[in-house]
Formats: sequence, C-alpha cells, structure tokens
Amino acid sequence: MLEHALKGSKKYWGWIFSLSIIIVIGVFFYLKQFAFGLGITGLSRDVSWGFYIAQLTFLVGVAASGVMVVLPYYLHDYKQFGKLTILGEFLAIAAVAMCILFVFVDVGQPVRLMNILLYPSPSSILFWDTVVLSGYMLINIVISHVVLDSERKSIPPPKWIKPVIIISIPWAISIHTVTAFLYAGLAARPFWMTAVLAPRFLASAFSSGPALLLVLVFIIKRITKFDPGKEAVQKLALIITYAMAANIFFILMEFFTAFYSSIPEHIHHFQYLFFGLEGHTTLVPWMWASAILGVTSLVLLFIPKIRKNEDYLFIICVAIFISIWIDKGLGMVVTGFIPTPLGDVVDYWPTIPEALISLSIWAIGFFLITVFYKIALSVRKEVMT
Amino acid sequence: MYDSGKIILGIVIFIALFTFPTWYLFTNGEPKPMPDLVFPENEDQKECVYNSEYMRASHMDLLNEWRDKVVREGQRTFTTSKGKNFEMSLTKTCLGCHSNKAQFCDKCHDYLDVTPYCWDCHVDPSQLENQ
Amino acid sequence: MDITRRKLLKLAGLGALGLTAGKYAKIFAKESFNKISSMNIGSTKRWAMVVDVRKCLVKEDCRDCINACHTTHNVPDLGNLKDEVKWIWKEDFENVFIEQENHYLEENLKEKRVPIFCNHCDNPPCVRVCPTQATWKREEDGIVMMDWHRCIGCRYCVVACPYGSRSFNWRDPRPFVKETNSDFPTRSKGVVEKCTFCEKRLAEGLAPACVEACKEKALIFGNLNDPKSEVRELLKENFSIRRKPGLGTEPEIYYLV
Repeated sequence: MLEHALKGSKKYWGWIFSLSIIIVIGVFFYLKQFAFGLGITGLSRDVSWGFYIAQLTFLVGVAASGVMVVLPYYLHDYKQFGKLTILGEFLAIAAVAMCILFVFVDVGQPVRLMNILLYPSPSSILFWDTVVLSGYMLINIVISHVVLDSERKSIPPPKWIKPVIIISIPWAISIHTVTAFLYAGLAARPFWMTAVLAPRFLASAFSSGPALLLVLVFIIKRITKFDPGKEAVQKLALIITYAMAANIFFILMEFFTAFYSSIPEHIHHFQYLFFGLEGHTTLVPWMWASAILGVTSLVLLFIPKIRKNEDYLFIICVAIFISIWIDKGLGMVVTGFIPTPLGDVVDYWPTIPEALISLSIWAIGFFLITVFYKIALSVRKEVMT
Repeated sequence: MYDSGKIILGIVIFIALFTFPTWYLFTNGEPKPMPDLVFPENEDQKECVYNSEYMRASHMDLLNEWRDKVVREGQRTFTTSKGKNFEMSLTKTCLGCHSNKAQFCDKCHDYLDVTPYCWDCHVDPSQLENQ
Repeated sequence: MDITRRKLLKLAGLGALGLTAGKYAKIFAKESFNKISSMNIGSTKRWAMVVDVRKCLVKEDCRDCINACHTTHNVPDLGNLKDEVKWIWKEDFENVFIEQENHYLEENLKEKRVPIFCNHCDNPPCVRVCPTQATWKREEDGIVMMDWHRCIGCRYCVVACPYGSRSFNWRDPRPFVKETNSDFPTRSKGVVEKCTFCEKRLAEGLAPACVEACKEKALIFGNLNDPKSEVRELLKENFSIRRKPGLGTEPEIYYLV
C-alpha cells in the first residue's frame, strides 16, 4: 500500500517538497540546539517547560480525538462515520509521532531517553504517559493497517481486530487523562492543581481534534473526489459544538473558583493571562484572541443555518483549532510558572530556533498525514474501480 | 526472486563497503602503529585495582559498577583481591596514578576513535593548569 | 519459497522486537535484584538543617555560604537570570515565606535576605515525578540525591519542586566555572542539579561546606533522629518555621526567626 504515496500529481509533490524544506530547516536548528544546549530556547530557570511541552500537550488531545469518530461507528453502529474512521486513526498516529518528537527535542539528554523504559518509575506520571502514548500509537498502527488492508482486498477485517478497536476507545480517553495528570497533581503549581484539568483537556481535545479532522476532510473534498457525506460532516460538527460548549463551561468554572475565592495564589495566574501582572502582558492579546475566537465560534455553531453551511463551518473549525491551540499550546503550560514559587513574575517567549524546530515537527506531522491520507484514498479509489 | 541480478549486486557492494576498514588495511601499506602507553613511574603506583589484562578488556564495566556503587549506594571503598583498599574515584584514584591522561587513556581511545563522555563532567587535573 | 515484500518487512520487524525483548527481560531482572541488594539495614539518620535567620548578617550582603558551596561543587556562574545555576542563594523573607502574607511584618525581617536551598523533604514531590529515578531519597539518612549519569534532563523535578530549589544546565557549564575544584566533578549540559547536603563531605566525616563557612554559625546541621543533637535542642527551645508546610512535603530545613 505504501507505493500509493510515491505516485502523485505535481501539486502533491510540490506540497511534499515544501514540507521537506521546512523539516530540513528544523533539523539544522535542532543540531544547533543539540550542540549548544536548551539555552538556545526561551526557556529559563523559572519557566522550565514552554513551547515544546505545550505542543506535546495540545497534540495528545488531537491524537485522542480519533475516538470521536471511532466510538459512534464501532460501539453504536453509526454507519455514517464509516469513511472517516481511518482518517481519524491516521491523524492519531501522526499526532502521537509529533508528541514523541516534541519530547525528544525538549529533553536535555536525548540519548538517554531509553532510561525511562530501562528504569521504570511507576510513581512518575511521565513514565505512564510514555507507556500509554506508545501503546496508543501501536494500537492505531495495527488497527489502521489491518482495516485498510482488508478494505483493499474487499474482505471484512479479521474478527480479532474488533476487541483491539474497542480497547482503543478507553485508551484514547486515558492518554489525555494521564497527560492531564502530569500537571494536575503538582502541589507546586496551583494554576494546574485543579480537578477540572483532565475534563478540560478532554473537552478541548474533542473539539479541536475533530475540528482539524473536518478541516482536513474539507481540503480533501476540494482536491479529490472523496466525500464523507453531509450527515457525517454535520454529526461531527454537532460533536464539536457540544465539546466546545463543555470546554468553555469548564474555563468559566475555573474563573469562578479563582476569582470568587480571591486567593492570590489562584487569581494571579488568571490576572497574568487576561490583564497582565506587574506590567507583564505578553500573553494578554493572545488570550483575548483565543477567548473571542472560541466564544464567537461556539455561538455561530449553535445557529443551525450557519452550522449546515460547509463554507462557514470550515472557517469556524479553523477558528476553534486556533483558539484552543492558543489556550493549550501557549497559555496553559507557561502560566503554570508565572508567578514563580517565590512570587516573581517573569516572561517567556519562544526564540526563533525554538519556533523553527517546532514548525518542522508540525511539518513532519503534516507530511505523515499527507502520506497516510494519500494511501487511504488511493486504496479506496482502487477498490471502487 | 524478482530483480535477482540487481539484488545480488547490491548485497555484494554492501558487504564490500561494510568490510572496507578490514580489507583496506591489508591491501594498503602499514597499519598505524599500536599506541605506546606511558605507565606510572613510582613504586607505590605500580599496583592497579585489577591486573592489566582485565583492565584492558573491562575497565568500562568496572567504572560503571563504581559509578553505581558510589552514587546510588553510597559505598566508596573498593578492596582488591590482595586486600588493598582504594577509593572508587575516576579522578582521584585512576588519574591519581595515571596522571598523564593524554599519554595513557587518550592514546588507546584516539587509536580506536572512541570518545567516552566521562570527561564532560569528571575532572582531569592535568588540564586545570591551563585554566 | 515465495515471500512478499510486506511479509519480509513484518518478519524483520518482529525479529528486531524479539531480540530487544530478550535484552529487556535481562535488564529488568538485573535492576530488580540491584534494588533489593542495596537496601540498607541498620540505624537510620535523618539529616536536617536549622537556619538561624537572626544570626545571618543583614548588612554587607554576606555570601560566605554561597561561595563555599558553589566553589566546592564547581557550580557555574552564568551571569544571567535565564540560565543561572544555583544550589544556595538568598531571597527576601517575604518571598521565601510567601504563604505568610503579612503587610505589617516585623521591621527587621522586612530587609532580611534568607539563605535557601533544597529542603531535602521527607515527602519529596521531585522524587515522585522523576521518570528515571535519577533523583531519589536515601533510606539511610534522608538526603534527596542526584545521579547525573541517569538524568535525562526532562525537568519534571524542576517543575514539581514547590521551592524552586533546582537548576537545569541550559548550556555547557564548564566555561563558566571560575575555579575548578578537582575533588568534585562538574556537570554536563542537559542535566538538573541542586544541593546534595554535601553527601560526599559527609561520607568523609566533614560538615557541609556552607555550615563550615558561616562565620556567624547561623547554619546548624545535624541528625534529627538523635534527640541529643544540636538541631533537636535548638528546635525544642526556639520557634521555627518551614517553607510552605501546608503542601505536605515535610521539608527538613527549619528557620529560626
């Protein structure tokens, strides 16, 4: 099936080529980082996790979101998602691959990464995150390969794949819950010490992930004959709507507990994000952009006429993706460190090498998605003819 | 086998490239001379923690064992089979006798193109004079 | 025998997996045995430090303890707040005891710069989160140790420490070590470091470097499990506070104010 990725139009190869350029630039900067150390990034003694880990956190959510098409189709026989499940599984593989790459570029001694597996530490959530993420990647590789292969041969998939697919459903929930646990159990960081963090993560994942899936589906619809069907698209839009509503509701809950209790330790982080703290306002415009994009998108999604218009839906999905990316990929991680445990307000902003390395990992992810989707759609085309 | 001609040719080329270091040496003149190590001079530095043969083959394993014993178990004393006590320290014990790292450790390491990263952290006192 | 390209790739992958699985099993077996054999039996100490803030000089910005520690352990001086590495340093009283919000704090404490360093907690969150056990709490004396050979530089411990005691080497520290002490290694870039209660000096029967260097004798080190130790006597007779006690970390640095 891999040979389908090697045959394509000029546009296909042009896209692959552009992604490769970005990837090569990123590799070049990563070699600089490997030689110099992580000091080449904007990270500091006070803000020790930043852009890389934020991308990882966001992408675990995207990976988990495959479950939003898998669950209805396999557990509730919702046939309309039949054309989408493979796309969701491939998206999950690409997203987890990006997560692993972001871990690789973030650690100070990447050649020692195997120590996590050589010296298992069950008390460390990072250990469990490694285990569940690797497992999820493996599961999705097996599922997508077996299912697509069976489709190619026009035979039903083997019976043993069904329990594997069923397991992938709670497993998907677990990867993002465990990722939330990375943050939610740390007494040192009151901004993250909230029981609602895991539910928030899941809600934002189940809106941003399917939003990305829909965007990809709309793009594929433009350039190939692929059409998942109006009902599938609308059902997915509805899922995004409810998930986004839950996400915004959870955020408002956070505001209430922080500001009503007026505990400085809790308020300061939200003040920093939305109003600035002691003159530091780096993230303020970003957070308001995220808020406006998010709330506007949700309100528009509630209006059936707009939701049913696929052109508007495309823009809304992009807006939701960006809004949640800012919230999770920029706001959440960094703000845990500001103010510091000693009460100082510091700044963080990714440097150019840091941004380019991150961009190249995103390019690798899109490279994988392009190749996987090309294979899936070519196999389907072959079967239809 | 499909394309058996190309595949067999490819395998032959691969084996030739892979074994290049070995056959190049025998066909092209003299191999580099074996490194001549400079051993410590003083009488009281004549006895190492193990014999030369063992050290030549396994000093890396020994150092790993020492590392775990000192750092993770807090044990610092090593007793040889003859009952002599040494402190398990790369800088203090090993380099205490083999003080000229360049003439001893580096000679074999350079010959074999090995770069142990121990020296990223562990101090070579002979380098400190240059500070 | 006819074999498809796909079957060959699958076989090769499974073969590689099988080889590594065998090796993995051996490593697991060895590691668990190591753990059992290194458990200590015998009397345990509980090292702790009492910091007498009243004695710590307020003028002259005394740095005796800091200089002693950083020189002994080859701690680099990176000269900027972003990359700095520090094992012990001084902060304003109100930042050290940030949970003690008090607008009308005793005047002479307002200007006090209090020395802070790793608290060697009894319930250390940093140890709990380390994915490789590169940091752990020693059974025999309670010191929270660092293994710089194993650390992968993930900085989870830095994130988990409620006191900001840990520093990461954002770049190679060696050019920034003013005077190398050949009695102690430096560290490489990419690992986390912190105060280790001078466990090497303790093994040689010496007091921690900071304790020895303090001219005012404001740092008192001792064994909490010994009811007759100086630290126990001081704690019995003086009012002491710890940093962020409500978090349950059980820090073992006691400040006499």
